[in-house]
Amino acid sequence: MYDVAVIGGGPAGLAAAIEARRNGIQNILVIERDRELGGILQQCIHNGFGLHIFKEELTGPEYAERFVNELNELGIEYKLDSMVLEITKDKKVHYVNSKDGFVSIQAKSIILAMGCRERTRGAIGVAGTRPAGVFTAGTAQRYLNMEGYMVGKKIVILGSGDIGLIMARRLTLEGAEVKIVLERMPYPGGLTRNIVQCLNDYNIPLKVSHTISSIKGKDRVEGVTIVQLDESGRIIPGSEQFMECDTLILSVGLIPENELSEKLEMRLDKVTKGPYVNEAMETSVSGIFACGNVVHVHDIVDYVTEESRIAGRNAAKYAKGELKTEGRLVETVPGNGISYIVPHTIRVNNIENKVDLLMRVRQVFHDVRMIIKADGEKIREIKKSHLLPGEMERVSLDIKALTCKNIAKLEVEICEGEE
Amino acid sequence: MSCKEIICIVCPMGCHLQVAENPNMEEVYEVAGNKCPRGKVYGINEMVNPTRVLTTTIKIENAPLKRLPVKTNGVVPKDKIFQCMEVINKVKVASPVNMGDVIVSNILNTGVDIVASRSMR
Repeated sequence: MYDVAVIGGGPAGLAAAIEARRNGIQNILVIERDRELGGILQQCIHNGFGLHIFKEELTGPEYAERFVNELNELGIEYKLDSMVLEITKDKKVHYVNSKDGFVSIQAKSIILAMGCRERTRGAIGVAGTRPAGVFTAGTAQRYLNMEGYMVGKKIVILGSGDIGLIMARRLTLEGAEVKIVLERMPYPGGLTRNIVQCLNDYNIPLKVSHTISSIKGKDRVEGVTIVQLDESGRIIPGSEQFMECDTLILSVGLIPENELSEKLEMRLDKVTKGPYVNEAMETSVSGIFACGNVVHVHDIVDYVTEESRIAGRNAAKYAKGELKTEGRLVETVPGNGISYIVPHTIRVNNIENKVDLLMRVRQVFHDVRMIIKADGEKIREIKKSHLLPGEMERVSLDIKALTCKNIAKLEVEICEGEE
Repeated sequence: MSCKEIICIVCPMGCHLQVAENPNMEEVYEVAGNKCPRGKVYGINEMVNPTRVLTTTIKIENAPLKRLPVKTNGVVPKDKIFQCMEVINKVKVASPVNMGDVIVSNILNTGVDIVASRSMR
């Protein structure tokens, strides 16, 4: 019998497990399917991690190692090479590995920290043949940075998400020619700093409102057909242009990995593709918590760590029977210009001193006001000169903002122009 | 007088800086388009001596993985990045390695070391 079981040993699972231990939980088990802890950070060898948490710029492996060391110092138990097959509502976890075989454990509370998975060629529907040489950016990253395989020599990258941009630089450093990065949307997907440091530094062209209409090649990729898109995303006739390449890298988005959550009949958000969560990062299934990219895709790992600490602290409370379920519930509502807000609900009785609302905007905005409304009444206004869907926004609300009145609904919206 | 357009990466704002070079003036570089003082400093540095942290991998033997991630423990001039890669690509280590171990010291006389980004054993 475990007090807290954590599914996934990446940055979310590590931070959640450590925080549960710091909140007095002895019996914790972390279950990881890879051969070591740390998750995707181990292949993210670039720097820029930890600016918020450690106030220094670390590489992914360094960020992971700090947490793995802490986990070991605290003596938290973990299983490697272990795949969780099913979780049940009565909090049994079934997993397999080649050493112990099929194992079932009982936990008092469970933290889902499975992260996300890359969208593949199948998810975006590109026509053409099916040759070797088409990789998702994360797979190429793992081959290059961990397994020691170079994926190709002449590269086209589809999608300007951060991993795609990082890989453009990485492949260039390793001697490949990155011919172009294409983005279907009229604006880049990744962080501005990555456009500058990864593309501009190496004179790699980025074309927005462009995509690939087909892939050519029998055994290996021989080239791709690049097309321009109009404002509604349709191919502009006559814009087709063939580009020779031997490798196509896809950086076309991430999907939270929620097969286990779906089996639990957990309520999922259609926008984030992750579980509905409350202020404690608890899902719609009582005692099952979720944090990190399995809830919504983050841009920076520091926010994953902070969110996971909330999950770890509250899973500990739940295991000790201290988490309050009664009391007033506030619902968060994404208004005009906002695509989603996490958490989805807030139980006022559980707020410690503040609650952070994490959200993304639907489109690029300049010189706008972000307005927070409580039951239709404006309680805060924040001026924003620059908002991008690729950069998560965070608003901290003081406990007083939620307890002073009997608020039932918190809405965030974007207003253009002056008041 | 020449003018160069640079996107500032100090914060997520991504200001488009116009850095003008006036070789005969007291202040050689004039930065416009920045919304804060840090942008000015960045703009001038990018003109005078742009620097970057380099992260890459090296070969490792007797380890569970074939590559060990490494980084420069400070910034190196941007125009020396590919020369650094040439040096790093010739290096091979064997496990065990600890995070922070110096792999190449004072690379290309920059005063910066190449260090291991993780432990591996």
